[in-house]
Amino acid sequence: MRITQGTFSFLPDLSDLEIRAQIGYALDQGWAIGIEYTDDPHPRNSYWEMWGNPMFDLRDGAGAMAELGACRRTHPRTYIRVNAFDSTRGFETTRLSFIVQRPVDEPGFLLKRHEVEGRRIQYTIESYAACAPEGRRYQE
Amino acid sequence: MSDLALDVCGPDEISESVDVQALSADTHIGDVLGELERELVGLKPVKARVRDIAALLLIERARKQVGLAAGSPSLHMSFTGNPGTGKTTVALRMAQILHRLGYVRKGHVVAVTRDDLVGQYIGHTAPKTREVLKKAMGGVLFIDEAYYLYRPENERDYGQEAIEILLQVMENQRDDLVVILAGYRDRMETFFRSNPGLSSRIAHHLDFPDYSPQELEAIAARMLDSMQYRLSASGTAALRDYIPLRMRQVHFANARSIRNALDRARLRQANRLLASSGSKLTREELMTIEGEDIRASRVFSRGDQ
Repeated sequence: MRITQGTFSFLPDLSDLEIRAQIGYALDQGWAIGIEYTDDPHPRNSYWEMWGNPMFDLRDGAGAMAELGACRRTHPRTYIRVNAFDSTRGFETTRLSFIVQRPVDEPGFLLKRHEVEGRRIQYTIESYAACAPEGRRYQE
Repeated sequence: MSDLALDVCGPDEISESVDVQALSADTHIGDVLGELERELVGLKPVKARVRDIAALLLIERARKQVGLAAGSPSLHMSFTGNPGTGKTTVALRMAQILHRLGYVRKGHVVAVTRDDLVGQYIGHTAPKTREVLKKAMGGVLFIDEAYYLYRPENERDYGQEAIEILLQVMENQRDDLVVILAGYRDRMETFFRSNPGLSSRIAHHLDFPDYSPQELEAIAARMLDSMQYRLSASGTAALRDYIPLRMRQVHFANARSIRNALDRARLRQANRLLASSGSKLTREELMTIEGEDIRASRVFSRGDQ
């Protein structure tokens, strides 16, 4: 099951050229680029691992693309996303965030039903991938 | 977006002839060269070299348009010369020229020295250098006093690590960034001798000559003009006496010394105007630097000794 988080996630995967253009747009807006990765695709997992520091003061996408390349080489089978952070007062938040790499095989989520008092049902979802220990989740 | 398209796709229609004049007009390269000519006093050999490089790059672009082989030319440069000879100013112009001709995408200049590249402990240098390189991508990285990167007397110096990363990027990401190394001539030569890898990757060596006293006078006139001051007749004469005296002293830094001298003259002028009892000052008085403002300089008293 293809997870859909962040901008463009209902589109086909972006090519490097398209990623580069999006990063270029973000930089033109004065946003800082950060790269993050994770192997836990749960939608409530907001804290992905940071790949290096967020890149402030970039003028051109080449630097961010080089970092993205390095991140992909180190973590070839995890999710990677690019965040664009707007430091303008009043925003001070991520303005754009999109997935740039995903594992080949995304096993999806298990819907768990938990019966509580009065036969009410509480629902929760659990990623099949995250059942394996961290770092062993998306192996060939 | 538009410069991205230019960079990635390149001109795809190949024609048989190309209008170099139109290309030149398109890029407004003449304007930048004209500005360089007008704004900088002297520096004849440098201006000639910059014009040569601009011409080469323009022709390279024209060749690309008619489908001739155009391996992206190596654009890394070294600017050598004494302090205050305009290396940084020319680097700024160079970045503009490269930007207009589409050889760098953004045309900004990131000026750094050893401290910005080299870390203080093991493992600190590489991320620091990469950080700077990332910021400079799409523009020009100007490394002032580049020879400090290499300290032969300390073999554990982290400068070598910075040089290696720099070399790697200079070679592999030539489209992304142009590196300009700057510094004193003799020390740069030693630096290049001990780092042949660096020297061989630098295509253009520009040497900045010292200014003559007349040129320094012209520079002073321009600086004053831009600050909306002017010299009285006695001021002009004083400055003419001042320049050769200052040139003979230690730490003479060409145009920078002149700027400092003028700043000090402005201080003295302000003092003089306050001390002169008259409560009303005319526009003329506020603008004029007199001979005494310059002649109060220590340079003259030392000359008497």
